[in-house]
Amino acid sequence: MTPTEVEPTTIRQEANGTPLLRPLTINAAAEALPSTEAPALSVRDLQAWYGSFQALKGINIQIAPRQITALIGPSGCGKSTFLRCLNRMHEVIPGARATGEVLFEGQSIYAPGINPVLIRRHIGMVFQKANPFPTKSIFENVASGLRIQGAPKAMIAERVERSLHQAALWDEVKDKLHQPATSLSGGQQQRLCLARAVAVEPEIVLMDEPASALDPIATLKIEELMMQLKQHYTIIVVTHNMQQAARVSDTTGVFMVRPDRAGELVEVGPTRQIFTNPQDSRTEAYITGRIG
Amino acid sequence: MGRETFQRSLNDLQDNVLVMGSMVHQAIQRSTTALKTRDLRLAGAVIADDEAINEERFRIEEQCLLLIATQAPMATDLRRLAAALNIVTDLERMADHAAGNARITIIIGNEPPLKPLIDIPRMAEVCGEMLNAALDAFVAADSQKAYQIAYRDDEVDQLYDQVYRELLTFMMADPSTINHATHLLWAAHNLERIADRITNICERVVFLSTGRMAEIKGQTARAYDNS
Repeated sequence: MTPTEVEPTTIRQEANGTPLLRPLTINAAAEALPSTEAPALSVRDLQAWYGSFQALKGINIQIAPRQITALIGPSGCGKSTFLRCLNRMHEVIPGARATGEVLFEGQSIYAPGINPVLIRRHIGMVFQKANPFPTKSIFENVASGLRIQGAPKAMIAERVERSLHQAALWDEVKDKLHQPATSLSGGQQQRLCLARAVAVEPEIVLMDEPASALDPIATLKIEELMMQLKQHYTIIVVTHNMQQAARVSDTTGVFMVRPDRAGELVEVGPTRQIFTNPQDSRTEAYITGRIG
Repeated sequence: MGRETFQRSLNDLQDNVLVMGSMVHQAIQRSTTALKTRDLRLAGAVIADDEAINEERFRIEEQCLLLIATQAPMATDLRRLAAALNIVTDLERMADHAAGNARITIIIGNEPPLKPLIDIPRMAEVCGEMLNAALDAFVAADSQKAYQIAYRDDEVDQLYDQVYRELLTFMMADPSTINHATHLLWAAHNLERIADRITNICERVVFLSTGRMAEIKGQTARAYDNS
């Protein structure tokens, strides 16, 4: 089927008015999703390498918009590699490359001429270890992306406050915005990183084990946050914590290691079904703790 | 294979469900024997032993909850625990019905029998066979077998209809038999309810095996659906 051009109702623009992307094109061949909306991301036959080692093989998945998709699987199955392919962070690693198709708003993020930095503005990322800019204040950490965009001062202040509210951090830091970000606890720093990610208003937020370095209470706060954020953002989260995946996500994808050591996606489905009645025996074996 | 401790706990839980099932099976058979032979002492023993069955139910429930809280079961493990929680509830209610029949035996006491009991003991026999088979199906997570067992509920329903018609005839012919006949009708009804409870167990086995909850319908309902 040929893609269908549609009248773009919104074109995201640079601060100087230049369109960030070409007019929206919706691929009518996209598989139907339960919500009947176009997928936030369409991944087709994605493969990834580190040098000569193939880390991912033939990944196909459609990510539903404004939902939480969890990616689970044993260590070394390529979950984090896959995540990094979704905003072109994978190729930052020397010797790493990816092939296949990742469609964002109907356009391939790997198409020639596409600026990876602009992709990462639309598809942000939060990492396992909180990484606030150590030399910057709480305010400046959140504002950094906006300053690079050239946003006006008034907008920056408003957007910083909104982002800190969204990250459920505002009340804890509103009286010390100009203190160093490193003065915050680990859980607070991770929420700060989340605020920084959403300040530039991405469509998608990728989270690579966002709570694995946090205590149980901080972990639950991050999970609550994710549940609130999905009203506005599409979230894809890699996690080793199956109970977390079961608690927060709408859809779960299960990765496994093939005999040739490449990772593959063996099952994707509604989270409730994956954890109560998985269809693939490998999923069953993994989530019941018999393997992995 | 991982999770050996958890697997042993699951096996232990399953064994406990089977032990409870065996206690209930015994209660059904003993209460029916007591009714048939007017053995008031045996009836009293069935009533007394119901307490142990109640305690077994609570013990197994606690065991299930502990495993859910500590082991975070998923998929088949979770379904097995959920099934076990429901099955022990059904077993406990079946034991209550058996104890109910034991009380009926005591109430009837030494009244002269209306007729030799044939259909009521036959109902109990079928219930016993269904119960044993249903628990085997639970262990094996065999949904096909579960369906076959559940369909035998039709047999018990037909026997109950027969008992009902026969006792009604007695009551209409001789009103002095109404008291006795009504108690026998209650006894038959208790056995009919036991068979219904076994059908519930079969539905849980289907859920365990397939992940789907569905009601297994009786013959009349199935015929209606197919018409």
